Amino acid sequence: MAAQTLFDKIWESHVVRAEPDGTTLLYIDRQLVHEVTSPQAFEGLKLSGRRPRRPVATLAVPDHNVPTTDRTIGIADPLSAKQIQTLEENCRDFDITLFDMNDIRQGVVHVIGPEQGFTLPGTTIVCGDSHTSTHGAFGALAFGIGTSEVEHVLATQCLVQKRPKTMEVRIEGTLSNFCSAKDIILAIIGKIGTAGGTGYVIEYTGSAIRALSMEGRMTLCNMSIEGGARAGMVAPDETTIAYIKGRPLAPKGELFEQAVNAWRQLKTDANATYDMTVTMRAEDIAPQVSWGTNPGMVTGIDQRVPDPRMITDENQRQATTRALEYMDLLPNIPMTDIKIDTVFIGSCTNSRIEDLRLAASLAKGKRVATGVRAMVVPGSGLVKQQAEQEGLDRLFKEAGFEWREAGCSMCLAMNADVLQPGERCASTSNRNFEGRQGAGGRTHLVSPAMAVAAAVEGHFVDIRTWK
Amino acid sequence: MQAFTAMTGLVAPLDRVNVDTDQIIPKQFLKTIKRTGLREGLFYDWRKQKDGSQDPMFFLNQPRFQGATILLTRDNFGCGSSREHAPWALLDQGFRCVIASSFADIFYNNCFQNGILPVALKADEVLAMMHDCLATPGYRLTVDLGNQMVTTPDGMRSRFEIDPFRKDCLFRGLDAIGLTLQHEASITTYEIRRKTEAPWLFADLHYNQGNA
Repeated sequence: MAAQTLFDKIWESHVVRAEPDGTTLLYIDRQLVHEVTSPQAFEGLKLSGRRPRRPVATLAVPDHNVPTTDRTIGIADPLSAKQIQTLEENCRDFDITLFDMNDIRQGVVHVIGPEQGFTLPGTTIVCGDSHTSTHGAFGALAFGIGTSEVEHVLATQCLVQKRPKTMEVRIEGTLSNFCSAKDIILAIIGKIGTAGGTGYVIEYTGSAIRALSMEGRMTLCNMSIEGGARAGMVAPDETTIAYIKGRPLAPKGELFEQAVNAWRQLKTDANATYDMTVTMRAEDIAPQVSWGTNPGMVTGIDQRVPDPRMITDENQRQATTRALEYMDLLPNIPMTDIKIDTVFIGSCTNSRIEDLRLAASLAKGKRVATGVRAMVVPGSGLVKQQAEQEGLDRLFKEAGFEWREAGCSMCLAMNADVLQPGERCASTSNRNFEGRQGAGGRTHLVSPAMAVAAAVEGHFVDIRTWK
Repeated sequence: MQAFTAMTGLVAPLDRVNVDTDQIIPKQFLKTIKRTGLREGLFYDWRKQKDGSQDPMFFLNQPRFQGATILLTRDNFGCGSSREHAPWALLDQGFRCVIASSFADIFYNNCFQNGILPVALKADEVLAMMHDCLATPGYRLTVDLGNQMVTTPDGMRSRFEIDPFRKDCLFRGLDAIGLTLQHEASITTYEIRRKTEAPWLFADLHYNQGNA
């Protein structure tokens, strides 16, 4: 057999049928569902009189609209409440398992899938959410879909797909102190651009990727979509297997041993080729801060805000000028001069226990700067519980951070956690689009470590030398 | 789904690159449980001026583009969030076709699910059309899916590529789920085979374990 990439192996094991023109009916092993992109899918099933083919293969959770404050008083926004109630009714009507808002296992859909052992290597995983790429960290083919396709997967457990191209992103070497998976992925997007990965599935390889924890790999794969790639993946290894073992929904006993044997074969063959390869040295990656209005508009903390006059490409110059105007930034100022008034630590990118441990260790004994509002939103109820058992909540609160309930929160501000017009936020989330965190709000994407340092100093600082 | 065969329509120009779905329809409009009525949210923030009033210069607010059925725009249209509310809002506004120099994958895919034809043309072709559209009141284009051709008012023709399966589904307005269900026997066969290859994927999921 010809040498295969990790992607080829997963793709081929999921082909139900392939037409001569390459149109493929692909089997989907698992689907995650949240309240925002599912109501119309369930409505479609009802209207056509269809039932889910394998309801057990779908797991639902409300995350986008949930309040991150005391939930015993319910949800103030009637539209948010209605959407969550609709999810509950649909799950009841169609026999789908739901972790409701008051379940300790509730959280951001891309945090709870891995946490529960629902996400497994070698599987195909979809969700009506572009950050489904997160689950590729386990060596799964995981990608976001629209609502019509959510309905399609519910009804058929399949999707019609064309085979994407493959891109290898190889990062060799060792990251500098306090540089993280977030800095790697922002640097990659800065290099390839927000459409550089369009039409591709990325496989991340190299020693710097191997050295990442599962949390780090999830951060990395999560933002593949910000580089245009629907999916990103890392081949499973002993780190992956150790993470999965014993999780509530992971296979047990002999089935687990059988699965592990299969997972150990899930890697790109030595002679396999990719359609494209991008390489970077980990040592060259400085802590990253975005300055513009898409994730490709990013630079190292030791750099300056770009000057549109120095850009020769007219499209890029116009886009940069427009972004700086929206962001209210002057060209050529050092990134460390940018002052912030809000800090958000959370989202499906950076809200896992490892993120919170690192952030708390840096916040310990410090104080959030006067005039800065800083909040920490754990990725799930279980992450929150774990953090509290370790006393992380106390470290955050003593430093002046708000400690909140789990959800998507200010990543996209569908709940009450919203930036006011003109506010400037250091955010560990994934998108700095105009108005993403609130109309007129300004977002700078950073790692959790950089977010803590910015909260304490009131402006961005180089975490590598921060005391 | 409504079929798409060919159309001639008024063109509305959005001369920007990397338009993300957060701009096409902001979050506050995603709380709906319906597919319809999303026109109000289309480019909601861009339609307004800083003081909150409607921006008369924004293309959708200009009288000359009222009734447009073709949106003309630039690179990487529809990047970001997978929200299908973006094509729903475009459709609700009356757009049946989006012409751009490139599209983000998920948005491109979502268009086909809703009877909208996304047409990717070469960047220089799009720029020329953008120029003419801005300069010419009542600028219309003809889009012919069968022949995969866009024709300008002065008779310039641009051919576009499209996947044959997607073309057929859109051309005939087919129900994608219905099509897949015709292969139900193949799905069952696959599941039986896969269950022996990877039985752990078919083990019972005990969702109630660990519930507090």
